[in-house]
Amino acid sequence: MMTSEATTPFGDRNKVLETTSAWVLGLLWLLPLVYAVWTAFHPAEFATRFSLTAPLTLQNFANAWDAAPFPRYFLNTFILVTMILAAQMVLSTMAAYAFSRYRFRGSDFVFMLVLMQLMVMPDILIVENYRTMNMLGLRDTILSIGLPYFASAFGIFLLRQTFKTVPRELDEAATVEGASALQVLWKIYVPLAKPIYLAFGLVSVSTHWNNFLWPLIVTNSVESRPLTVGLQVFSSTDQGVDWSIITAATLMTSAPLLLAFLLFQRQFVQSFMRAGIK
Amino acid sequence: MKRPEFSFTPWLLLLPAMVLLIGFTHYPAVATIWHSFFATPKGGNPAPFVGLENYALMIDDPVFWQALTNNLWFALGTIPLSIALAILMALWVNDRLAGRGFLRLAYFTPTVLPMIAVANIWLFFYTPQYGLLEQITQALGFPSHNWLGNPDTVLGAMIVVAIWKEAGFFMIFYLAALQQISPTLAEAAGLEGASRWQYFWRVQFALLMPTTLFVLINALINSFRLVDHIFVMTKGGPNNASSLLLYYIYEVGFSFWDSAYAAALTVVLLIVLGLVAIVKFRILDRRTHYQ
Repeated sequence: MMTSEATTPFGDRNKVLETTSAWVLGLLWLLPLVYAVWTAFHPAEFATRFSLTAPLTLQNFANAWDAAPFPRYFLNTFILVTMILAAQMVLSTMAAYAFSRYRFRGSDFVFMLVLMQLMVMPDILIVENYRTMNMLGLRDTILSIGLPYFASAFGIFLLRQTFKTVPRELDEAATVEGASALQVLWKIYVPLAKPIYLAFGLVSVSTHWNNFLWPLIVTNSVESRPLTVGLQVFSSTDQGVDWSIITAATLMTSAPLLLAFLLFQRQFVQSFMRAGIK
Repeated sequence: MKRPEFSFTPWLLLLPAMVLLIGFTHYPAVATIWHSFFATPKGGNPAPFVGLENYALMIDDPVFWQALTNNLWFALGTIPLSIALAILMALWVNDRLAGRGFLRLAYFTPTVLPMIAVANIWLFFYTPQYGLLEQITQALGFPSHNWLGNPDTVLGAMIVVAIWKEAGFFMIFYLAALQQISPTLAEAAGLEGASRWQYFWRVQFALLMPTTLFVLINALINSFRLVDHIFVMTKGGPNNASSLLLYYIYEVGFSFWDSAYAAALTVVLLIVLGLVAIVKFRILDRRTHYQ
């Protein structure tokens, strides 16, 4: 197929106009970010003045790093996203396996219960979940931030769709050879779903790296706060209006995700695409 | 399909996920409704049953109505524009324009950044006198304007941030859908003498309809779920002009510690999401099957 000329049937008349508009929008879209980078890498007096001769500096990053316990926040976020991802992978795999391989009474009803989480997320049930965390004595721990997200309807749904495409013959052959249910899962289903695991993993990590409201509510100490909450505490109380330091801190907290995104751009975009097509 | 006789295996496999799912989604949803009929417990005493008192309070609460209307305007302002931009972006990135790799990167980048970080950048952008926006408008000779400090413009300023954050995310879904459309359709349309515009409206837009409905549902949910930027940029002000429903629930529940009233407010949010769910299952799931 001549995919590279998909638009030529309509002539090239509009191509210049389209390309220009696309670029204008693209530059406009990057503008806030470019502005933040400018401010963060220049001394404070150039924060709002633009001059080609402005000296570059890393001082703002050093100041931000020293002004708040960012290393601890980074560690907390790292533990949080790893914990959530591990739990989601295991729990979603088991549940999706149950839904796709077994036929049992009530499976449609249970699956509907799962799907309800796509509409009503823990994100909005903050008052009751806070009460539950209090009751369990978990408030202000990293576990309490992650626990409501361990069971992911989205993960179960994605994996169930994928597991359903696994050829029955493969499954039956393994069973005949005496493989147990868990061996079949581990040897046949999981390897075939690798791209979906990658897609789900990228979506999950970026979602929970960015989550803010629930961790804000359930944590109140440096030991449990993730980066997003740490950044908010830092920029709203400690710094007054030193924009250079705040933007430096802002870029710093987004840097790992941004770098990962730039390096694995193709995988990221494909993952989000794959996660979107159901 | 494997075992006709009763088996414990699927239930054991489902157990951990279902316990957590029910514990942190279904139970709290039901408990919210239940607790909305009680007063907020004081000290160690059990909460007294008050019937519909919290709801009566809500009907007389101007801040609730403002947060709800703000939220509707926010949804109305964010959704159509971000969907239109997302389609445009997807068409451009799909059309192999010069530098499409860069363009895709530029459009999608806001999506991977934390909203809380993005909000800091935009707060700076909107800052009176020093911010980039003020510098541009002043250079063009417009009078100074405090975008976030004025109740008339604050919601619009937040809508811009939300569109900027979300359009690139929705673009991905359109891009995925556009790539499923066979290029022979474009060739056929070209041979028939259709213009680019006609091809878009009659063919591409029609084929993208299921995607649009899917994105629409997601956008609706997001507009009631994402309030992170309010914490950084306005704290709901000035005068509650930028407060959204979930932000107000947070304020009532965790600044005023009135958990019973917060529960009643959450019930409204649950009703809104329930309505979205009905739309989804009634319209979306039925219509997308023709694909």
